[in-house]
Amino acid sequence: MPQTHTMTIPSATRHLGEVRQFVAERAAAEGLEDEMVQELRMAVEEACANVIEHAYAGDASREIDVAVIADDERFTVRIRDEGEPFRPEAYDTPDLRELVRRRQSGGLGLHLMRRLMDQVEYRTRQGVNEVLLTKYRDGQPAG
Amino acid sequence: MSNFSVHSRAAHSAHDVAVHVLDLEGELDAHTASDLEAAFEQCRAEDHHRIIVNGADLDYISSAGLGVFMAYVEDVREAGGDIKIANLKPKVYNVFDLLGFPMLFDIEDTEEEALARFEENAEDAPEPSDAPGENRIA
Repeated sequence: MPQTHTMTIPSATRHLGEVRQFVAERAAAEGLEDEMVQELRMAVEEACANVIEHAYAGDASREIDVAVIADDERFTVRIRDEGEPFRPEAYDTPDLRELVRRRQSGGLGLHLMRRLMDQVEYRTRQGVNEVLLTKYRDGQPAG
Repeated sequence: MSNFSVHSRAAHSAHDVAVHVLDLEGELDAHTASDLEAAFEQCRAEDHHRIIVNGADLDYISSAGLGVFMAYVEDVREAGGDIKIANLKPKVYNVFDLLGFPMLFDIEDTEEEALARFEENAEDAPEPSDAPGENRIA
C-alpha cells in the first residue's frame, strides 16, 4: 500500500522553505539516496513557485496542497491548486542565450523540473490542477 | 524568516584591478531572489561592473535564483564588466551545469581564479577604484 503524507501552505514564496523541508524529510525517511532527495527538494519548489506566480497570480489568500506518495517502486510529489490551469505544452525547452539577451529572469522552472524528475505530469479535473513529480527508486518504471 | 544573505565587499587582483565581490550565504530561492536582485541593483547604482559572486556558503539555488544572473549579466557586460561566479559547492554547481550556465558564464573554482580572469581583459573597461569598506545588503 502506498504511504501518503500531506501538507498545505498559503500561496506565498516565504513558505517554499517549509515545503522543501517537508518533501526532503519524507524522501529521506523513505530511504531515497541523498541526490534524489536534493532533486525532489528543487522540483517541488519549482512546481509551487509556478502555482504562486501563475495559477494564483500572487494571491496569498489561496492555498496549495502538497502530498507525497511513496511505494516500493516510486516516490511521487503531488501539488494541487484551484487557480488558472497551466499548459505545459505551450513551453519549449528554453534557449538560455535568448533569455539572457532579453534580460529575462523566468522561463527555466519547468525545464529544470523535467531535468530533475523521471516523470512530470499535469492534469486539470473539475477545477483542480495537479502536477505529479515522480522519481523511480531504480531510475525507471518496473517491468 | 529569510535564511539567505548577501554580503558585499571590495577586492583587488594582484595587478590592482578593482572588483566587487558578493558573498552569498544560505538558500537562494523564489523568496530570497529579490535580495540578490537588490545587491546587483546596488552594484549598478555604484558603477561596480566587475562582479564576482562567491558561493562558498551558498547551500541551495532554484531557477528563480539563476534567473537573477540571467536578468543582469547582459547589462553588466554592456557596461564593460562581467559577473563571474566562484567557489560553488558541487551540489549548487550541478544546478548551474544542468541548465547550461557554464556556456554563458565564467564559473571558476576559486575567487582568485575569477580575479585573474578579470585581469586578462582589464584594459577593456576601466573601473573606478572602490573605496575600502563593507556593506551588508540583505
